[in-house]
This record gives sequence, C-alpha cells and structure tokens, in this order.
Amino acid sequence: MNDTTTPRFASPDEVNDRLNEVDYLSDDAIAATVFLADRLQKPILVEGPAGTGKTQLAKSVAELTGARLIRLQCYEGLDESKALYEWNYRKQLLRIQAGQGSAEDRDWSELEEDIFDEDFLLTRPLLEAIRAKDPVVLLIDEVDRVELETEALMLEILSEYQVSIPELGTVTAEQIPMVFLTSNNTRELSEALKRRCLFLHVGYPDVERERKIVERRVPGISGELALQIAQIVRTIRSMELRKHPSVSETIDWARTLVVLGKEEIDENDAAETLHILLKYQSDIERARHELLGTKPSTRS
Amino acid sequence: MLDVLNDFIVELRRAGLPISLTEHVDAAHAVSEIDLAQRSVFKSALRATLVKSEDHRAAFDSVFEIYFADRRDPTQSDADDESEDDSDDADDEAQGQGAKGLKGAGKSMGQGGGSTMSAEELAQMLEAAIRSNDAQMRSAVAQQAVSRYAGMEPGRPVGGTYYLYRTLRNLDLDAVLERVLEEQRQAKGEAGMSGLEERLARDELGARVEGMKRAVEAEIRRRLVEDRGAEALARSVRKPLPEDVDVMHASRDEMLSLQRALGPLSRKLAVRLTRKRRHGRKGPLDFRQTVRRSLSTGGVPIDPRYKHPNPSKPEIVVIADISGSVASFARFTLHLVYAISSQFSKVRSFVFVDNIDEVTRLFEVADDPADAIQRINTEADVVWVDGHSDYGHAFERFHERWAEEINSRTSVLILGDARNNYHASNAWVIADLQARARHVYWLNPEPSSYWGSGDSIVGEYGVHCDSVVEVRTLRQLEKFVGELA
Repeated sequence: MNDTTTPRFASPDEVNDRLNEVDYLSDDAIAATVFLADRLQKPILVEGPAGTGKTQLAKSVAELTGARLIRLQCYEGLDESKALYEWNYRKQLLRIQAGQGSAEDRDWSELEEDIFDEDFLLTRPLLEAIRAKDPVVLLIDEVDRVELETEALMLEILSEYQVSIPELGTVTAEQIPMVFLTSNNTRELSEALKRRCLFLHVGYPDVERERKIVERRVPGISGELALQIAQIVRTIRSMELRKHPSVSETIDWARTLVVLGKEEIDENDAAETLHILLKYQSDIERARHELLGTKPSTRS
Repeated sequence: MLDVLNDFIVELRRAGLPISLTEHVDAAHAVSEIDLAQRSVFKSALRATLVKSEDHRAAFDSVFEIYFADRRDPTQSDADDESEDDSDDADDEAQGQGAKGLKGAGKSMGQGGGSTMSAEELAQMLEAAIRSNDAQMRSAVAQQAVSRYAGMEPGRPVGGTYYLYRTLRNLDLDAVLERVLEEQRQAKGEAGMSGLEERLARDELGARVEGMKRAVEAEIRRRLVEDRGAEALARSVRKPLPEDVDVMHASRDEMLSLQRALGPLSRKLAVRLTRKRRHGRKGPLDFRQTVRRSLSTGGVPIDPRYKHPNPSKPEIVVIADISGSVASFARFTLHLVYAISSQFSKVRSFVFVDNIDEVTRLFEVADDPADAIQRINTEADVVWVDGHSDYGHAFERFHERWAEEINSRTSVLILGDARNNYHASNAWVIADLQARARHVYWLNPEPSSYWGSGDSIVGEYGVHCDSVVEVRTLRQLEKFVGELA
C-alpha cells in the first residue's frame, strides 16, 4: 500500500466548492464525509432513498478528480467470477490441448505455471480497480442486492485494498482508489462491511437545496418557479404515500413545466402534471386531494 | 479531546448503539484530520465514523447535542445549533455571519435578559421571528422565552421535557402560525389564496414553527448541561432505540417512530425471506442443464447446475386480541404478517374482544395494510356483551365456525396478553387447535415476569401451544416472524 498518496482535497469546503463546479450540490455532511474518506483512505457507504443522487455523487467525485470511474453493478447471484476475477477456462483448455501434440516431455508443473498466468486471467471490476495504474474511483452500486456471502468477498478490498488470488499471490493496489458503495437499504448490511466504511445518509434535500438543484439542473427556469416546485414537493413528501417523489422526479417535473412554458404553477397545472412526480394512481389521487382540496375521484 | 470523545462514545454505547473499537479509532483519526472550529464538520465526521444506520441517527444527535454544545461561548453555540439544523442549505459564509451577528445580539441583551422584556414584546418578537425566518432572532426569542416561562429549577434530575412543555404552552405557537397565515391571506387582497397556495404557506410556516421549537429545546438543553453536566443529563434523556421500544407502553411520539420503522422493516424481512427460499442450494443435480453448459468447455462438466428446491409455504391463521392496551401490538403484528404475505400460501386473520370476527377480506381489498387496519376498528364485529376481553367466549365462537378449516398445513398465531377478566378460559379449544394444526404459537406482549399474575391465564393456554413467546419490541417481533416463514 502506498502511504504517501497525496490528499486530494485540502478541506471539506474545497470538496463542497469543487462538487459545485461539476454541478453536484452537496451539503456539509456530504462534503465532510468525502473529505474524510480521502484522508482516512476508507470507502464510503452511501445510503438513502432511491433517486437522491447517491450514484451521482460517485460520478461527480470521479469527474472532479479526473479519475476513471469503474462501476460494479450488484445484483442477486453476483459471484466472485463476476466481481473479482475469473480464470479463462476455455483459453486454458486450448493451451493444454495445443501442448499435448507437440511436446510430450514438458512436465505438468511447467504447464500449470503457464496456464495460471496473468494472460489467462479475466479481470473483473474489483480487481481492475486495484490493478489500475491511473487514478480511479470505484463505485459498487446497490450493494444491498448481493447475498451476505458475496458481501464478504469485498471485505479484503475495502480494508486492505488488495486481492488474494491463490494461484498468483496477492495483488496490492498501486494507488488507493476512492470507493463508494451505495445501498437502498433493502436489507441490513453485515456489521463487518459497515465497520470498514464511513457511513453517509443522503436523504431528501430541504426546500432551499432542492430549489438550487432544480435551478442548476433545469436551464431556463425562473427562481420563483423553482421555489414553488420545491415547496410543493416538500408538501407531497410530508403525506403518507406509497412512494415519495425523488429528486430526479422533481427535476423531471421542473423540466416538463419549463417545456410547457409555465412561469408559475396554478392548481390546474399541478393537477395535470402530478403523474410525473408520483407513480401510483392511489398516490396521485391522495396528493391531488390533499393539495387542492378536491374529492378523490372514483376513477381508477 | 480524546477523553471527551471517549466519554461520548461510552454514552452512545449506553444508549444502545453498537460501536466497535475500530470505529472508535476511526473517529479519533477523523477528528485529528478536521478543523474542530467548524461544528457541523465535526458532527458529520463523528457521525460518518460512528453511526452506521439511519435509525440510530436520532439517538446520536441527542447525545451529541448534550456533549458538544457546552464547550464554547453559550450565545455562539445557539447560533451553531441553528445552522446545524439547517445544515443542508446553510453555506459556511452564512454560518459565520450568523454566529457573529448573534454574538452581538446576545451581548446587548444579556444572559438573564428575560426580565427586561414584557410578555407582549416577546410575543411580538416571536411573530416577527416566524415571519422573517431569521436564525438570530429565533434563538434570541428562544432564550427570552426559556428565561421567562420555563421556570427552571437548578439541580432537579429531569430531562427537560416538562420545561419544554411549559415554554411552548406559553408561547402558543399554533396561534402564532394562524395569525401570520391570516396576515398573508389579507395581503393577497380580494382574490384570497387558492387551496394550493394556502397549503404551501401553511407548510412553510409549519417548518418555521418547528425550527422555533427546536431552538427552544436547544436552549433548555444548554442550560441543563450547564446546571448538571453532560453525563448526568445524558442519563436522564436516554431513550431506547426505535426497535427496542416496548410496544405496549410506547408514547405517542414513539408510536409514530415505530410506525415509520415498520415499513422498511417489513420490506427487509420480505426480501430476506424470498432470498432464503430461493437460495437453498440443496436441490438435486440438474443433469440436462449441466450437460448443456459443459458443451462450451469441450464436454467437461466444470459448472454443475442444480434444480431449485421448492419448499412449501405455510398457511397462517392470525387470531388477535384488539382490546384496549394490546390493540397497538396486534396492529403491528397484522401489518407485518400481511406485508410479507407473499411468503405464505394463505393468510387469514381474525380479531376479537369478547366476540370474534374474520377480517381477511379487509386486507384483500386494501392496497396498503395500514388502510385495512384502520378499517378493522370500524367494521369488525368484535363486541358481544361489554367490550372487555373474553378469550373463552371468543375461542368458543371461533371453534364453532372455523375450526374445520384448520388443517395440518396451518400455523396458528394467537396474539394477546391472556388477561381474561376472570371469565371461563375454554382452554380445550386451544388443545383441539393444536391437534389439528401444524403449530400453535402464542405471542404475548407482556414481559414474561407478569405472566400468570392477576387475571392473566396465559399458563392455562400455554400448555397447549407449541411455544409462548414474549414479543414486546419490534426487534422481537421481526425475529419471530422471520423464523416462522
């Protein structure tokens, strides 16, 4: 491990400003955690509801540090041959068969050494991030989707930044990559994993930050409209719904309103475009009822 | 600094947070890397290293406020509380200004300045603070209000809830909200506000009033810490984590947090159970698939495939007492069982007080278990004579009407404290159910030390059940339901 890695940031404020430059509006907690992750050389576990910019955070950090983003999308059934590395069986078989005809005298140990060589190794995202010579940001997306046993695979990488391959030995990182793990909290992650990470919860932003996000992401929107949008979204999030609107849905809604040429949202506009914010009919009915004071219609 | 950090972590552990030694070391490293003068950064650093679950955040926040609110100029710490609360939108510049500005304001007014201000002046200032949403003004008002109304007595071992209540009652924030809202309505002129506008204005003011409450709370906390020291105060405000709250004795706030915790909890449980079902690797070799896959490796079966085992899903019958004190417990359990109903081949539910009624259909028509539970109270026919629990009668009726439908695939869950008001027990019904069903479980929300005391006859029923389980908290409930499926 290279302990002399120079820190990427001088202060949390610098993180904040530079994230701002790449159009990611952070807050104190995000900036401080990213700063610490760099200083302490620890991965960040980002948790929070869907669509609040967890994945985007990793992408933005990669962008501002000029690093390559290596992404491992987790899913049920992900195993080490997809996450870490795999021996290229077919190529190895070919090698053995090709050897058989010509040189009978070659002994097995030589051949074994030959076929368990880096040439026959297929690197997968985790190993690739460790072996990279250039700066990288490793994003392990939706880590809560893999099973508990697979999670354990990542522990060595997350704490030691190394991978042990029985046939080759231990591969240690040339430089410490920044690592982000995201989770939608569909299950409890193991204590071992949590202990190795810094924890960051990204929730729904408050009105002021949401307004800024909307202004940043939707060109040509007026300040009043952005504020109004942020306020309506806050009100909707305070209701009891099956699914609350995420930040990305807020942005979609703002875009729609801008395309429609609205300067201000009146009751009609709100009623007609709610389906962009909310994805369940029962939610739409309820929000319409609470926002506008109309009776929920019986239409299904 | 390390000593304070150590005390802080000890207190967090006492509050129930699982903090390992590694995390403690990380926190110490983190603290050495940052600028301690920035309180919000300091807080984020501790949170990132010590708290690994969003559910524990409230507990962390309250301990943090106690341990790290008193280490500086009192007036300034208030300003920081504010900027902390609004940390999402406050950029550092504004924070700095707020702190400086307030220092001035606090000095000119003085610490015990409450006497210099009349009640009317305070009320006016409060209204102005709500109207302008100004952080300095808000904490100035909070200081004044606490001096004037809280009537704090030094040395009393309390957590401050009572002081908070006294202050807020005198401030009457709801009335202030209505007055400011009325003002805004007037300002709109003839046309008035549309429904939407009014709702938005109300929510905005509501958020400001909430900020005011927090400012008052912070002020009270600060004075309590000054009075009694951090450790003593932390002990009196210590609360159980949401998953450890005793359901039968939960306060209204705790009940709300329990309800909020229930949704994610049942979702997690469902995911876990689905996986458990799918990933039993004990299935027999799938010969066809294995051969098919071996073709790509020249006929060598490198990657054997297995058939998925398909264990049968249990049928569940829930029989719940929904009288008085145990009602909330029954609701939680029903909610949880229905949230994971896909894990069972069939779920039927019955509720009783002194008469029993089937409520399965309520869950079938409703999208959301919460809606169905709402309707149980109004639609189920559960009262026979006087509306006091009568387990014996309810069980007898159950046996008459539904016993035939219990078979060897059914697991029966009975929820209740078995406080039978000295009626006949009719325990033979349970014995008969046990003979018919696969399992009979009794979930009792009372602590096991109370079982059998007074009119509790859980012992009489218990001998006929496979097990009687104490389920007082969400954690216990989750564990039980997880093992059942």
